[in-house]
Amino acid sequence: MAGWDVQRAASAVLDAESSRTDRVPLTDEWPELDGRLDLAYAVQDELLGRKLAAGQVRTGVKLGLTARAKQRQMNVTSPLTGFLTDAMVLPAGEPVPQDELIHPRVEPEIVFVLGRPLRGPGVTAATALAAVERVHGGIEVIDSRYRDFRFTLADVVADNASSARFVLGPVGRRPEDLDLALEACLLEVDGVVVDSATGAAVQGHPAQALALAANTLGARGITLEPGWLVLTGGLTPAVTIEPGTTVAAHFTSLGTVHLSGG
Amino acid sequence: MDHAERAAAAAALLAAYRDGHPVEPLSEKYSDLTLDDAYEIQLLQIQQRLAAGASVKGHKVGLTSVAMQRQLGVDQPDFGHLLDDMFHLENMPIPVGHYLQPRIEPEVAIVLKRALHGPGVTAAEAAAAVDFVLPALEVIDSRIRDWKIGLLDTVADNASSGGVVLGSRPTPLGAVDLRLAGCTLHVRGELVATGAGGAVLGSPLNALVWLANTLGARGVGLEAGHVVLPGSVTAAVPVQPGDSVTATFAGLGSVTARFAPAAEELSS
Repeated sequence: MAGWDVQRAASAVLDAESSRTDRVPLTDEWPELDGRLDLAYAVQDELLGRKLAAGQVRTGVKLGLTARAKQRQMNVTSPLTGFLTDAMVLPAGEPVPQDELIHPRVEPEIVFVLGRPLRGPGVTAATALAAVERVHGGIEVIDSRYRDFRFTLADVVADNASSARFVLGPVGRRPEDLDLALEACLLEVDGVVVDSATGAAVQGHPAQALALAANTLGARGITLEPGWLVLTGGLTPAVTIEPGTTVAAHFTSLGTVHLSGG
Repeated sequence: MDHAERAAAAAALLAAYRDGHPVEPLSEKYSDLTLDDAYEIQLLQIQQRLAAGASVKGHKVGLTSVAMQRQLGVDQPDFGHLLDDMFHLENMPIPVGHYLQPRIEPEVAIVLKRALHGPGVTAAEAAAAVDFVLPALEVIDSRIRDWKIGLLDTVADNASSGGVVLGSRPTPLGAVDLRLAGCTLHVRGELVATGAGGAVLGSPLNALVWLANTLGARGVGLEAGHVVLPGSVTAAVPVQPGDSVTATFAGLGSVTARFAPAAEELSS
C-alpha cells in the first residue's frame, strides 16, 4: 500500500467520483489521516485546485454537520465546510443525474447569497446575517464517495463534505423579513410528509452556522466573497432519492423546491 | 375478548394510574385483542372516571406522524379522551410524580366554536367549526411498562394521554398557515427539536377531520368549546422533575410547561 500523500488521497476521491465507484474510507487505508482535520482540508483544497484547473468556477461554500446533537456525537462545536462550484448547480426542473452519482441523498436547506465579504475571526451571527443579501430555500443532493456513507470526520472533509449537486428555490427574500429560527420546512417524498424542521435545527440559527464557518475559514485564510452561495446545512436528516421518486421541500416563506429522482 | 376480560384490563390500567406501577402490554396478555376491544377498554376507564366526577373537555389524536406510524406498523392515527383533571395551567408546577414515564410534545390545540358530528365531515366544515387555535404542550404518558406499546396497547391506554398545557393567546385559524408554521421545542433552555405543523397528517386540520369522522362512526360528536390536540409536531421528549419546557410556534406565540422539582431537590 502506498504511503500517505495529499495528491494520492485527492486522486482516490476524484477517481471514485468520476468512475461512480464507492470506496473504503481514506482513513482505512491511511490511519495517519484519522482525526487530522488539517490534513483533510489539505486534501479538500487539492480537490478544489484540480477542479478549478479543469475550468470549474468556485461559487460558494457548504456547511455540514450543523446539528448540535450530531456535533456532540462527533465531538466538534463548529460546522464542517466544503466548497461549491458551478458544476454542482442543478437547474430548477432538472432531475437528479443518477448516471453521474453513486448513491445520492437529499436534504432541504436554507441557502444564503452573500452581499458583502465575510472574514473571520470575530464574526457573530448578527454580523454574518448583515452580510447576507438574499435567503433562498434549497435542496442539496449529497453523495458520499465512501461505501454506505461510512466515514470519519477527516474522511468526509477530504471528500468535500459529500457534496454533489444542489437546486435553489424560486423565492429569494431579504433576511430582515424572515424569522429564520422559525422558518419551517416540510419535506415530502412522493407526496407523503416524511419530516419537518425549522432553521433552528441548523446550529440554533443558520446565521450562527455561517458565523462559525466564517471564523474557521478565516483561520485558514479564506474570505467568503460577495455573490457566494452558502448552503447552511441539512434541516432534516438526508433521505435517499431513487429513480422514479420525487421530493418536495415546502418552506414557510421561501416557497417550494421540487426535485425529481430521475 | 369477553366483557369480563375487557373490564379486567380497564381495571388494571386504572390501578396503574393510582399506584404508579405500569402494567405489561395488553397485546401480550390478550392474544385476541382487537381494535374495538382496545377502544372499549379505553371507554370503560373514561366512564369510571366520569362517574367519579370528571368531565370530557375534548380529545387527542395520536400516531399522526409518518415516523410514529412506521414505528408502530400502522397506517392510521388513534384517539383518546381529554378530561378536565388533565389540564394544567401554564407556568404552574406540574408534579412529575403524577405521571409514570412522562414525555412532552408540542401541538397546535384546536378549540371548537360549533359541534362537529361525523361521519362525512369535510375539511371545509371542520375549518368552519374552529373558534381559534392555541399553542399547546401535551404530556404523554404510558401505563404500559417501558412504553412497550403497539397500536392496541396505546388505544386501550387512552392513546397514552397524560396532561395538557394550553397557551393563553388565541389565534384565528385563518391568521396562520398551520401546515407551514414552524415550531421549536426547548427544554431547560436548550433546543431539543424543531418541526412544522404539516408533520401532523399533512396539516393539524386533517387530524380534526379524521377525529370527527372516527368518533362519528362510534356515535360520538365533538362539542362546542372542546379542545382537540391534533398530534405532535416533533418526536416526543422525556421530561424530568425541575424541567421547564417551551414550545414556540411561528404566528402563534409560545407556551411553557414547568415541572415541579423532585422532592429531594426541594429538601436539599
